Amino acid sequence: MRLESHPIVDFKRGKEVTIYFNGQPVKAYEGETIAAALYAAGVRVFSRSFRFHRPRGFFCAIGKCSQCMMEVDGVPNIRTCKVYVRDGMQIRTQNAKPDAENDYFAIIDKLIDRFFPHGSHYKKFNSPRLLREFMTKQMRKMAGFGNVPRNVPDVNTEYEVMEADVAVIGGGPGGLSAAIHAAKYGAKVVLLDENNYLGGQLIKQTHRFFGSGRHKAGTRGIRIAEILEEELMQYDNVDIRKETKVFGIYGMDVAGVQNNSKLLRVKARKIVIATGAYERTLIFENNDLPGVYGAGGVQTLMNVFGIKPGNKGLIVGSGNVGLILTYQLLQAGVDVAAIVEAMPRIGGYFVHAAKVRRLGVPIYTRHTIVKAFGEKKVEGAVIAQLDERWNVVEGSEREIECDFICVAVGLSPAHELLYHVGAEMKFVPELGGMVPLRTRFNETSVKGVYVAGDVAGIEEATAAIMEGRIAGIHSAITLGYGGDEAKKELDEAVKDLEEFRAGPFGERIVCGLEKCVLESEVML
Amino acid sequence: MKYLERGYLEKDELPSLPPAERIESKKPVVYIECPQPIPCSPCYESCRFDAIKMDNINDPPEVDYEKCTGCMACLRVCPGLAIFLVHIKDGKGYVTLQYEFLPWLEKGDKVRLYNRKGDHIGEGVITWALKPERNDRTQLVTVEVDKDLIFEVRAVRKG
Ligand SMILES: Cc1cc2nc3c(=O)[nH]c(=O)nc-3n(C[C@H](O)[C@H](O)[C@H](O)COP(=O)(O)OP(=O)(O)OC[C@H]3O[C@@H](n4cnc5c(N)ncnc54)[C@H](O)[C@@H]3O)c2cc1C
Ligand code: SF4
Ligand code: SF4
Ligand code: FES
Repeated sequence: MRLESHPIVDFKRGKEVTIYFNGQPVKAYEGETIAAALYAAGVRVFSRSFRFHRPRGFFCAIGKCSQCMMEVDGVPNIRTCKVYVRDGMQIRTQNAKPDAENDYFAIIDKLIDRFFPHGSHYKKFNSPRLLREFMTKQMRKMAGFGNVPRNVPDVNTEYEVMEADVAVIGGGPGGLSAAIHAAKYGAKVVLLDENNYLGGQLIKQTHRFFGSGRHKAGTRGIRIAEILEEELMQYDNVDIRKETKVFGIYGMDVAGVQNNSKLLRVKARKIVIATGAYERTLIFENNDLPGVYGAGGVQTLMNVFGIKPGNKGLIVGSGNVGLILTYQLLQAGVDVAAIVEAMPRIGGYFVHAAKVRRLGVPIYTRHTIVKAFGEKKVEGAVIAQLDERWNVVEGSEREIECDFICVAVGLSPAHELLYHVGAEMKFVPELGGMVPLRTRFNETSVKGVYVAGDVAGIEEATAAIMEGRIAGIHSAITLGYGGDEAKKELDEAVKDLEEFRAGPFGERIVCGLEKCVLESEVML
Repeated sequence: MKYLERGYLEKDELPSLPPAERIESKKPVVYIECPQPIPCSPCYESCRFDAIKMDNINDPPEVDYEKCTGCMACLRVCPGLAIFLVHIKDGKGYVTLQYEFLPWLEKGDKVRLYNRKGDHIGEGVITWALKPERNDRTQLVTVEVDKDLIFEVRAVRKG
């Protein structure tokens, strides 16, 4: 399952180590996440669903969906896609007997609704008290989230307080660009990211980017991440904290946890939120079967860890993400059975579609996935044609042979922190969901709090970089840095972005943005 | 925009072809299959001979076949794999295209030829191959084909 060679990426695997999965030794390499190592070893069932004990695999591979939670070294509910392997690690699946793969409780999936309709457990077994206590205990064993650790975990904890002119949350293209441009004019910047690398989504994008040459188009996403990181490293007024998860913003204090052991409090004068997005899923029969993955999850597995997701995939969605992913799968030597698209037209760029079409991948527009099938993992899928009113055309169903399915139906902004600061939000479908109102300089309704990148509206890396530039410069200027030179660059940056969005693909975004402009005294 | 329903261009949707004399002249000439307005411009920015016209980043590129020298600068960077170099010499056709698969190709390799739809339409021989490391792992390769196929062959695979 591990790729030895790849046309674009050289996989640098660390030292070989052994981890234990439900007691069995599994070979892994340092630098791999637990989830990646288990996947490479053939594990597909990562957990069982809470109530029905249906098998669940990984989905997002970036710590957002919680389907990969296991007990690691005695600590329950660890997202195994976010934790790196260590020699001798003990990993166990939770709330399944004897383990998630062969869970006896799976029988519940077939029976439970007949005997215990939803919510009925609140009414059943309430008396006598002894029965209630016994049953509560049993139900928690079956449906809880792991077992509470017996001992207090043996870790040293620290607390650090720091001050910053600009705190940037998220080290993807949006955050990196914001940090670079604030630092460039002299602001003291702290950049926080929960990964142990910078670059966000870019680090799994092996293809050359679109956009203008001035903004690094024609360059591979993975290299853009390197270029931005190098640019940022030039400035010594930047403090980069990797493996630091921000869990809240209190007033202008940003709170995070570094390396699972240090509590961090950043007293910031300005904050840029650049936390990116979540992958969406789609409703169809058995969409929770292991083997149904988010497109980004598959990219992570394949392009970051060099692990094949399977032998033959079905791609749902023909936006750029679905099209590019198809091409990347072919590059990794994985077959793609088809791309299905519910709209009458391909959603992404024609040139991306042409790339995979000429390599023999059929693209079925006006088609959808009806169901996935398989016992404990995907063994195939059924697709069907849609009529004008989005109903399945009777008799058009056909089976597709595949062992995994990638859902590439778009992203939604990762906006928790925006709610935390109390930014005014609005539902704007063109931008992918709930997004903050903002000024043309990307400042939200909360003064001093900016947004950049996908969290402000789903777009693309070039736009994220441009927005980061605007937010970074504006925050520096309003703190008194940069002078006329900065103001000039800010004007230029705003103009560049307007021009970038001027085409038909930008129309949607511009239309969405019009719905969430915040008119305030933004003049400098 | 029918091509967006299928993912490939039909004959009547192709941009205007370079004049026959130009295709058969000393140097190969570029042919770009990028009809849709998208915010993309590296081809335009990389051309030192002013052969690609694009007033706005969202305009599709338009080639001035007289100005194009066949230098391949645009071919190196196009993220859409949408640029091809075509040439007819001594009665044989040549297509140069981007290639990003393993195994890498070398001069003399026999390859299978595919058209825009992915149909297998014959075999060809690689006559020139830029080493992948010379272009951040996008190989440029020239394949010799029947001269009537230079506007048909759009992908090659080894084996
Ligand atoms: C298959 C695919 C192909 C693409 N192709 C292109 C293309 O050709 N051209 C293009 O311009 N764009 C492309 N994009 C889009 C582009 O990758 C994204 O739009 C871009 O990465 C968004 O940048 P961002 O900085 O907003 O978010 P991200 O890159 O998602 O970065 C967000 C970062 O924030 C961190 N983070 C989130 N929450 C927290 C927290 N609470 N604490 C600490 N850190 C946190 C995350 O770990 C992550 O590193 C593509 C995307 C995909 C999936
Ligand atoms: S081949 Fe060279 S001259 Fe011709 S369009 Fe491309 S860059 Fe310009
Ligand atoms: S670089 Fe390629 S994809 Fe971009 S506009 Fe030019 S031809 Fe089209
Ligand atoms: S949280 Fe780990 S796969 Fe989604």
